Amino acid sequence: MNKISKKSNSGEVDASLRVPLLALFGGAAFWLVVSSVLAMIASIKFHAPDFLANCPWLTYGRVQPAADDALLYGFCIPAGLGVALWLFAQLGRAPLRGAIVPVVAAKLWHLGVLVGLTGILSGNSTGFAWLEFPRAGSIILLFAYLLLALWAMMNFAARRERALFPSHWFLVAALFWFPWIYSTANLFLVAWPVRGVVQAIIGWWFAGNLLFVWLALVGIGTAFYFLPKFSGRPLQSYYLALFAFWTLILFGTWCGIPPGAPVPAWMPVLSSFAAVLTVVPVLAVAAIAWQTLCGSTNCEPKGGPFCFIRFGLMSFVLSSLMLIAMACPRISQVTEFTWFGPAQTQLQLYGFFAMTMFGAIYYLLPRAVGFELPFPKLARLQFWLSMFGVLLFIVPLAIGGVEQGMKLNNPNIAFMDATKAMLPFLRTSTIGLLLILLGNSLFALNIFAMTFVWEKSLVKKAFTVVTAPLEKPSASASLRRDQGEVKV
Amino acid sequence: MKNGALIFLAVFVALGGSWCGFVLAPELQLGGAKQTTILNSSDVYPVGRPGEATQGSSVYRANGCAVCHTEQVRQTGITCEVVLTDAGKTPAAVTKVCVDIGVNMTDRTWPLPLPKTILTGLTKEEADAASGKITTAGGKVEIHIAATGPDIARGWGMRQSVAEDYLYDQPVQLGSLRAGPDLANAGARADANWQLLHLYAPKSVMKGSTMPPFRYLFEVRKIGREPSPDALKLPPEFAPHAGYEVVPTPEAMELAAYLSSLRATAPLYSAPIAP
Repeated sequence: MNKISKKSNSGEVDASLRVPLLALFGGAAFWLVVSSVLAMIASIKFHAPDFLANCPWLTYGRVQPAADDALLYGFCIPAGLGVALWLFAQLGRAPLRGAIVPVVAAKLWHLGVLVGLTGILSGNSTGFAWLEFPRAGSIILLFAYLLLALWAMMNFAARRERALFPSHWFLVAALFWFPWIYSTANLFLVAWPVRGVVQAIIGWWFAGNLLFVWLALVGIGTAFYFLPKFSGRPLQSYYLALFAFWTLILFGTWCGIPPGAPVPAWMPVLSSFAAVLTVVPVLAVAAIAWQTLCGSTNCEPKGGPFCFIRFGLMSFVLSSLMLIAMACPRISQVTEFTWFGPAQTQLQLYGFFAMTMFGAIYYLLPRAVGFELPFPKLARLQFWLSMFGVLLFIVPLAIGGVEQGMKLNNPNIAFMDATKAMLPFLRTSTIGLLLILLGNSLFALNIFAMTFVWEKSLVKKAFTVVTAPLEKPSASASLRRDQGEVKV
Repeated sequence: MKNGALIFLAVFVALGGSWCGFVLAPELQLGGAKQTTILNSSDVYPVGRPGEATQGSSVYRANGCAVCHTEQVRQTGITCEVVLTDAGKTPAAVTKVCVDIGVNMTDRTWPLPLPKTILTGLTKEEADAASGKITTAGGKVEIHIAATGPDIARGWGMRQSVAEDYLYDQPVQLGSLRAGPDLANAGARADANWQLLHLYAPKSVMKGSTMPPFRYLFEVRKIGREPSPDALKLPPEFAPHAGYEVVPTPEAMELAAYLSSLRATAPLYSAPIAP
């Protein structure tokens, strides 16, 4: 904690974020574990299709989307918002005012996820990929997001350090991005559905913007704050980052419509063209990370958070290149409709985004709460578990997916044989999911233990305050301060 | 970039552009789509599904069938064949033209019997050219157009899926993964009864199937005074204990009705085939 308290108001800034961050990250850690448990259940069905076959709530077609949505809406988005809140306060050197609102919003968000997941598992999914949450859940989520984003923007507007950093551009853009795409998708697909295949087009547009652009904005914005911190030299360079930002939002937003889609031909052509241009921001991000980290003076010790964020960046580059490859008509003929797609999505969601968030949270939460991580060694162990887990998940699926695609393109190979050839790959990926589940549990353990330690200290402090003698004026002053802190 | 308003402007330009492109423009182009006429026919396409099948689409959605099954057929191209239907009044002239365009004439009874397929594997242009020459010589021909591609060869459809096929679906469930076969023409391949057996015990009709059974859509109950007419006729190793029967619930019946209603074979202007 000493490193941080050197700066004048840094302690105040950190303290103001304590409760909202614990609310956001606590729920996120819970949904992270839920997501990997659901994903395990789904994966076991490739070993034994009869597993839990009598239970409608746990059929594959409900568990798999529930696992995906629990990861995206349960973990990724609240974790990203929490990190964004902290980064705004840090970069702007302004404490968060009215912290009760983000706390309520965080609770609301997690309630929305609960409603949504219950909806999917009980058979009330909307049927659109990444938008499965039924109406009630989506409304709660949108409202909670708007509250959180509003508070983040107010904190941003009230910043004392007026200069804008590259992280600011990415995170502010992300704050605006989500309500726009989420409300559009819900209005046109769920509330007043458009007709026919336009639904599918809007669905692809939404999923592309959420999974590629939003996650990239938040994840890269976060990484651009931490890279200079870890390497001890400024981001290389400001203008390259500006270039990456503009090209990412200009080209990335058009990605998502698969080349073989049964829609008028101009749409997939335009989308593929944009996807190829998206190579530019991806390479720019890679160049920035490379140049910032190479020749670093190592002012901060590496390891821990640094490993997570470095792995996250590598996954970003790889998963984006996979996404771009899948948008090329030649490659898409093989990879479309195969397990290559889910492998790419998992690498993007978990390998890139979740890993970046783990690193950021392990770095910032001890500073915000004011306690060291309860189990720092388990955090390091989590890195290895999560990294090998995600690799063991995506490498077999990506290789198997290409093989499956080639077999599907050869009509002389029976469909059943192509499916059976995929089973060993799917079964290997179960081991990856098991490692991810273990890693996620360690993350949740650290977060929950930290919350518990903090609550215990609160009770202890309240107890000493209540039992303290009241004569001395200095004591009553400290009492007032403590009470103020307890109220937050 | 120096202030927040500029970032907002950047978002507005970038996201607003793609919003106009992939939300507004598709809605303007396709949102008002109406039924089209089938090629060489006065029938319209598509027609809405029957009521039970429409309810079944909702069972399909609720159980996430689209997570593993696509409903879109791809095609890589078309191939044409020319069929001689009438040699006309001057068979000799027609025969000469046929020799010129490379028809194999080893058959001594040429050109009988009619109709006879004389050329295969042509592009549309080649077929039109050949047809033009024979018609000028006095013969009559038909051009058959067939779609090609692995999906077609697997029997998953006769042509590629096009936007028209989904006009009345709510929600449109194209799917993105083929963990199971494509279902765009499931109704053309199997009847509702087969679907019910397959839903209850996939391995009973499809050896080695990896599909999870949907037993919760069925009721295993004691046979009453007389067996239910809907009870499944299962092979012995999948049948329940003696004295019990497996009866589909209404949801199972609806889902089977939906699956048997899946059929997209009509030749359209946007996907011409002429079988």
